[in-house]
Amino acid sequence: MTRLSVSRQTRLSNIAMLALAVTLLLLAAAPWWAGRAELRLLGEIFLYMSLATLWNLLAGYAGLVSVGQQAFVGLGGYMLFAATLLWGVHPLVALPLAMVAGALVSAPVALLIFRLRGAYFAIGTWVVAEVFRLSFAQLSALGGGSGISLAPAIVKQLASGRSAREALLYWLALGLAVLVVGAVFAFLRSRRGVALTAIRDNELAARSLGIDVWRTKFTVYVVTAALTTLTGALIFLQKLRISPDAAFSANDWTAFVIFIVVIGGIGTIEGPIIGTLIYFVLRETMADLGAAYLIALGAVAIVIMLVAPQGVWGLIRGKSGTELFPLSRRVRGLTDKGN
Amino acid sequence: MDWVNAVVQGTLLGGLYAMFAAGLSLIFGVMRLVNIAHGDLIVLSAYVALSGAMLLGVSPFVVLILAVPVMAAFGYLLQRLVLNRTMGDDILPPLLVTFGLSVIIQNALLAAYSADPQKLQAGAIETAAFAIGPITVGVMPVIVFATAVAVIAGLQWVFYHTALGRAFRATSDRQDIAQLMGLNRAHVFGLAMALSMAVTAVAGVFLGMRTSFDPAIGGSRLIFGFEAVIIGGLGNLWGTLAGGVILGVAQTLGAKLHPGFQVLSGHVVFLFILAVRPRGLFPRIDG
Amino acid sequence: MPEPILSIEGLDAHYGDFQALYGLSMQVARGEVAAVIGANGAGKTTLMRSVSGLIRNQPQAIRFRGQPIGGLRADQVAALGIALVPEGRLLFPSLSVEENLIIGGQMGRPGPWNLPRLYDLFPILRERRHVPATALSGGQQQMVAIGRALMSNPDLLMMDEISLGLAPVVIKSIYEALPGIVGEGLTAIVVEQDIAKALSVSSRVTCLQEGRVSLSGASAQVTRDAISRAYFGV
Repeated sequence: MTRLSVSRQTRLSNIAMLALAVTLLLLAAAPWWAGRAELRLLGEIFLYMSLATLWNLLAGYAGLVSVGQQAFVGLGGYMLFAATLLWGVHPLVALPLAMVAGALVSAPVALLIFRLRGAYFAIGTWVVAEVFRLSFAQLSALGGGSGISLAPAIVKQLASGRSAREALLYWLALGLAVLVVGAVFAFLRSRRGVALTAIRDNELAARSLGIDVWRTKFTVYVVTAALTTLTGALIFLQKLRISPDAAFSANDWTAFVIFIVVIGGIGTIEGPIIGTLIYFVLRETMADLGAAYLIALGAVAIVIMLVAPQGVWGLIRGKSGTELFPLSRRVRGLTDKGN
Repeated sequence: MDWVNAVVQGTLLGGLYAMFAAGLSLIFGVMRLVNIAHGDLIVLSAYVALSGAMLLGVSPFVVLILAVPVMAAFGYLLQRLVLNRTMGDDILPPLLVTFGLSVIIQNALLAAYSADPQKLQAGAIETAAFAIGPITVGVMPVIVFATAVAVIAGLQWVFYHTALGRAFRATSDRQDIAQLMGLNRAHVFGLAMALSMAVTAVAGVFLGMRTSFDPAIGGSRLIFGFEAVIIGGLGNLWGTLAGGVILGVAQTLGAKLHPGFQVLSGHVVFLFILAVRPRGLFPRIDG
Repeated sequence: MPEPILSIEGLDAHYGDFQALYGLSMQVARGEVAAVIGANGAGKTTLMRSVSGLIRNQPQAIRFRGQPIGGLRADQVAALGIALVPEGRLLFPSLSVEENLIIGGQMGRPGPWNLPRLYDLFPILRERRHVPATALSGGQQQMVAIGRALMSNPDLLMMDEISLGLAPVVIKSIYEALPGIVGEGLTAIVVEQDIAKALSVSSRVTCLQEGRVSLSGASAQVTRDAISRAYFGV
């Protein structure tokens, strides 16, 4: 008789986790080995990785296809500027404050737009983002329509020297990416995460199993919004300048993020990470092309959606079910002849 | 009297929004497709008319005769070649594909025409106006509104009094059983998109005659159309006209309060109606 | 047996991930009424959906007048002259009674059936032609479903459980209309759970069990014993 055991780890996922730990150590040491420009690029990569992972949780797992996440990116930026400039809060304290604000704002927003189904939900999220953009453009204390810069005194609160400041911002971005990917991974492994996967696979069946679909989706929306707001605050702490059009840009904070996830592979943990890397390789090599680059990006996303909806990671993974992040459970001890 | 004037101007503006909405509503009704690129297709129509008017040296009104079939044919091909491959139970593929399309159209227009604002020159009629009592009404806005009413009446007639409309309703009801009647679903969907794009062409040309446009304004036209659909109630074409008018009036009244409130107050009214009447003001009874 | 109008050879059909038919073979002769019987889940409806093109299959597995149709879409199959009265009627709710009938004839195939003739067959439908189809009683809805299929002037008419959920008196009146329908060289396949009814209207009967043919023969000659064996697989 064979012993059966259920486990999530595979040999490959164990190796991948080890490789991940080594990579993280190397990346954490980047301020000592990377130049200023590389450090900045890496920081940006981590911020996009966070946005992509969060949007993937929302759309790929919870089925909440939002095209208005720029609402929370911009909100985060403006909360940071308001807290530091108007209320004199230390920028490092303003970051978690922005996150809390994102959660508080997203709850009533969810109550409202959850009344819209499917694709109309998507446009509803866009309306909300527009309302945020137009409202912040009315706030003259924060520069109105033309925007405002972070005072040098506030920037100096982070660290006195320029390279120390840049290292700190880099670590914050790296830390955020680790936090977001880790949190989403942990969430998907939790009871609630399993419920979410069940809802994605079959909402009706999940309902009949007693899963509260609405509450699960609500929770995901609020948590995603909070972390997106935090990411937004960090993005604008790096940019040092904010304006309504930059803060609530549908292209920068939603279009690119969606392309990243679609190209990488929607509905997988690995997809957004791989997609971010592909996106930045493309951007660094092709961005000079301007409009043509964006046309190509849109075309690639369409082709992937039509031909290989599982994205690049889906193609790599193939049918073998390879996972670097062990999410699915596997039954061990089954022999070929058994059962 | 200023306020009455704002209401009148807003009502006329609402006609334009109703035309944005009608095309969106049509394809949602027939095939449950929400086209994120709808606004960009409206803008594309305006540019097609711009080029047509320049090449042929004729008025934008004449170009309509050209723009409508061109956009309809484009819509049919788009549906048959691309969008039909995304149709199914999963809403993600059509959403993301039309989203990609939106980015492509926007940037293609940017590359071809630059970001400079353009306008369709309709001549003296643009500034012509007449007085009703103390209120001055532009001839152009009245033409746009009348066209919107005609477009919606026409769509209503197509839907309820023609074989094509029967095919649309039957396919909307039960896609597979409609196939049993000899209706090729892919073709019916193509025709629905063609009709939607024909309406879009009319909307785009009038947009271009009323205001200036640039490649980036598609997103907000989609949103205005969408808001008119939801305010009016899904699946109700006359409701869509009412939704467009409510949105238009909300915007002109908002602009009267403060110039920065124009678009914002439209969104706020939309969100308010969503909060108190989530199914819209005039939902279809059998829906 | 005369030349078959419909010939099914080794049909494997799937319903989602589930295989519903296993190497099924059967033939229907021109002008006859064939009955298909079998318990719930035996594969009767899958068979109907396969022939009508709602489920796509291997092209050669189904032939209509000698032409392979297994791989065609439903609208292409319909254009060749096969009509299905689907189980559960499935009328178009946003169309009126008359519109449901008109859309059935929208392909414009020539033949004996048109609106006046249908209204003569089911006079109640003429009275109620402007109401929404789903506002009718179950029996009247079934008349619309049959009428909708007839309007395409099919050569092969398939009726899937037309008595399901109807009162006995209504079933009786619908079956009384059957001779007037199949009289003119029309071939019909009747799917029924009611064995006695199926045998009384048909010349040949095919019994399905778990996706396979368990019995096939002339309706007048099969014994009750053989049927119950084929039906329940004792």
